[in-house]
Amino acid sequence: MAINLKKTDVVIIGLGAVGGVAALPLARAGLEVVGLEAGTWLTPRDFAPDELRNNFRGWPQSAQKANSEIPTHRPNASAPYSPRLPIHPMMNAVGGTSLHYWAQSWRLNPWDFKVVSETTRRYGASRLPNGTTVEDWPFGLDELEPYYDKVEYEVGVSGQAGNVKGTIDKRGNIFEGPRAREYPMPALHGTEFTERMAGAARKLGWHPFPGPAAINSQAYDGRAECLYHGFCNRGGCHVNAKNSTAVSTIPKAVTTGKLSVVTQAIATSIDVDDRSGRVSGVTYVKGGIEYSQPADVVLLASYTYENVRLLLLSKSKPFPNGLSNNGGQVGKHYFSHHTGGPVTALFPFDLNSWYGLPAQGIAVDNWADDNFDHSGLDFIGGGNLWVYSDRRPIGAASMSTFGRVPTWGAGWKSFVKQNADRWNVAYLQKTTLPYEDNYLDLDPTVKDPLGFPVCRITADHKDNERKLGAFIQDKMAQWFMEAGAIAVEKGPMGTMGPSTHAYGGTRMGDNRETNVVNRFGFSHEVPNLGVVGASVMGTSGAHNPTLTAQALAWRTAEHLTRNWRSIAGG
Amino acid sequence: MPDGSDDPRQLSRRNLFKHVGIAGAAAALSGAPAVEPTLAQTPAAPAAPPRREALETLTAAEGETLEAIVARLIPSDENGPGAAEARAAHYIDRALAGPLRGSRTAYADGLAALDAYSQAKKSAPFAKLSASDQDAMLTDLEKNVATGFTPNAAAFFTLLRTHTIQGTFCDPYYGGNANFVGWDLIGYPGIRLAVSADDQRMAARPKPVRESAYDNVTFTIKGGGHGHQP
Repeated sequence: MAINLKKTDVVIIGLGAVGGVAALPLARAGLEVVGLEAGTWLTPRDFAPDELRNNFRGWPQSAQKANSEIPTHRPNASAPYSPRLPIHPMMNAVGGTSLHYWAQSWRLNPWDFKVVSETTRRYGASRLPNGTTVEDWPFGLDELEPYYDKVEYEVGVSGQAGNVKGTIDKRGNIFEGPRAREYPMPALHGTEFTERMAGAARKLGWHPFPGPAAINSQAYDGRAECLYHGFCNRGGCHVNAKNSTAVSTIPKAVTTGKLSVVTQAIATSIDVDDRSGRVSGVTYVKGGIEYSQPADVVLLASYTYENVRLLLLSKSKPFPNGLSNNGGQVGKHYFSHHTGGPVTALFPFDLNSWYGLPAQGIAVDNWADDNFDHSGLDFIGGGNLWVYSDRRPIGAASMSTFGRVPTWGAGWKSFVKQNADRWNVAYLQKTTLPYEDNYLDLDPTVKDPLGFPVCRITADHKDNERKLGAFIQDKMAQWFMEAGAIAVEKGPMGTMGPSTHAYGGTRMGDNRETNVVNRFGFSHEVPNLGVVGASVMGTSGAHNPTLTAQALAWRTAEHLTRNWRSIAGG
Repeated sequence: MPDGSDDPRQLSRRNLFKHVGIAGAAAALSGAPAVEPTLAQTPAAPAAPPRREALETLTAAEGETLEAIVARLIPSDENGPGAAEARAAHYIDRALAGPLRGSRTAYADGLAALDAYSQAKKSAPFAKLSASDQDAMLTDLEKNVATGFTPNAAAFFTLLRTHTIQGTFCDPYYGGNANFVGWDLIGYPGIRLAVSADDQRMAARPKPVRESAYDNVTFTIKGGGHGHQP
C-alpha cells in the first residue's frame, strides 16, 4: 500500500526545463506546490570539464531514470526495430536537461504558428505534404510574446534583438517577429572564426547574427558571466553562468516557501477519481517505497516521451486507454526535430575552436521557415544555419578523414595531427511536420526496472523533410566554401529515434478531436490536468524548442493561478 | 604549428624523463632556469617506459593482444608517441570493469577470434606477427572480410578504434592519454576553467595546460586528491 501524504494544491511531475519554470508563477501566487523530480540536486562541483563523462558516458551522476527507460524505435509499424540507443539524450536532476543542454534560447518565428494558413495563402493548400496532420496553433506569436519576454528576463537570456516593436535591427535576426524590448543581456561574444563565417555570409548577401542563449554574457541576477571554457556541450556550468532552472526559477520558487522539492521520486501514475473523472494526485516511488500525493491540480512536466508514457500508463475506469486518451490522441502528432544531415567542412588553417560553447555562434535565417520564396521549390519550411566554437580532444580526433587517408595507422595519425583543429560541423535545424503514421505508444515487450513498458517511437522522415534537408545542406556547404573551406562532407539524415528535440504526443489545440490539451495547456478531457513541455507543440520551426516550451509553461501556470477556482474547484 | 608539441625543448625533456626516470631527470634539469609549470604540476605523469600494469579485466593473453592492436591503430612514429605510450589498452582494461562492461564479452570473443584468424592466415597469434602482418589482419577486420567474428569483424574493429581513440585522447584520470601524448599530438591546449576572447583568436596559441580536470580541487573531495595515479 502506498503511504498517503497530505494533500497539496499542485503537484508538478518533473522539475526540469519546463516544470522548473511553471513552479515559479504558481509559488508566487501563493499556491502550495510539490515538485517531484526523479533526479537529485547537482552543484558546480559536479560539473567537471570531463569530455569522456559528459559526452560519451551519459552523466552517471544523477539518478538517471531516463537511462533505464530509453524509448525503442522503428521507422514504421512493419519495419524492424532500430538498435536501441545506449544512452538517453536527456538527464534527470533538479533543473533536468537545462543543466547540460546547449542553452540556445530561440523564439519561434511568426510563420511557425500559422503553417497551414500561411502555406495555403501563399502557395495553395496542395503544398501541404501528403499525410501531414499539422494544424495552425490556436494562437499566434503575439499571444506568446509576453511569456517569451517573461522567461527571457526571469531565466536570463543573452542575445541581439532583430525586431523591437517592428523596428528592424540588422545586427539581430531580421526575420524574427516583433518583441517588446531588447534581450536582458547582450549576445555572447563571437570568435575570430565565427566572425569569419559572418563575413562570408554577408558576401553571399545573407544576414548573419549571433544566436540567443540562456547563458550570462555578463553577470546577471547574482550569477557570474560565461567563462567560455569549452565544456558546456552536455556539461553543467562550473560557475552557474548557464541559466538552468536549477539556478534561476527553481531557487526563486523555493524562496517563496511554497515549493517543496522531492528528489529521487519516480512518478508511476497520475491517479483519477473514478466518480468525477478528475485527477486526484500522483503515485510515486522513492527509495523503494510507494507514496500517494493527493493534489487539486496535476501539472505533467516531464520530457515528451515521459509525458506520453505516464498518461498511457495511468489507466482508470474513466480512462481505460490511458489518462486523457478517450479521444485516442495521446502519442499522436509526434515528431522529432530534423537536426540530422550535418555538413562538415575542412579548412586549410587552424580554427582554434578548442574553447567556447555551442551557443557561441553565428546564425543565418535566410533559409529558415518561410523567409524565402518556395514557389519554385518542392517542399515547405526551411532550416536555421548555425556555426559555433566547440571542440574537445576525443571528439576532435574522431573527425572525418574526408576520404583522404585511412581511418587508422600512421597516415591517419599524421592527418589528425594536422587537421584536428581545422574542421567544423554545422548544426542544421529544420522544419519538421507531424504525420498520421508517426506516433508514440507503449512498447509491447521492453520494460523499465519497475516493470512498466517503455515508450516506443514509430516514426520516419518523409519527403518534405528529405527535400528540405538536401536544400539546406547545399546552402551550408556554399557558406563554408565562401569562408575558405577546401572540402565539405554532407552527412546522412539519420533515423527518427530518441531525440533531444521531441515534440507532440499531447498536442495543444482548440479541436478536441485532434488535440489532447486546450489552448492553455489543460486537458480537454480532464479539467484539472495540465501538460507542459514540447509535447504540446504542434510545429517545430527551425529553432531549439526549450524557450518556447518554457514560455508555454509559464503561460499554463499563470492561467491556472488566474482561474484557480474553476480549474481546481471541480 | 598549433602548440608546444613541436617545441623541441619539451620533446627532449620528455625523452629525458623516459630514459633516466624521474629522479635522474630532476637532477639533470636542476640547473635549468625555469621548469615548465606544465611539467611541474604533473609529478606523476612522466613516462616510465611502457610497462605492464595490473589487468583489472582482461587475461594476460588478451591484454597482450590488445596492446599489440592499439600500437598499430595509432602507432608510435616520427609524429610522436602513439596509443601504446598513451596506455590506451590500460584505459580499455579498466573501463571494461566499469562503464564499458557491456563490451567485455565483445572483447573476449573478438580478441580470441582475431588470434584464431591470425593463426589461420599467418600461422601465429596476432601479438607475435610482424607489424605489416598485423596491419594486414586489422585491414581484414575493418573491411569485414575476416571470418569468425560475432556479429562481424567490422563491428569489432569499430569498437577497438572507438575505445583506442578514447584511451589516447581522454582525461588522464581515466588511465589513458599518459603523459598527455594524445593532447600533444593534436595540439589541444588543455583544460582551462576560464578562457579569454583573446585566447579564442585563430592565431592564438595558448600555452598548453597539462592537468587532469580532477587535479582541480573544485571537482574533487576536499583534500582527497583524484585517487588515481596515471
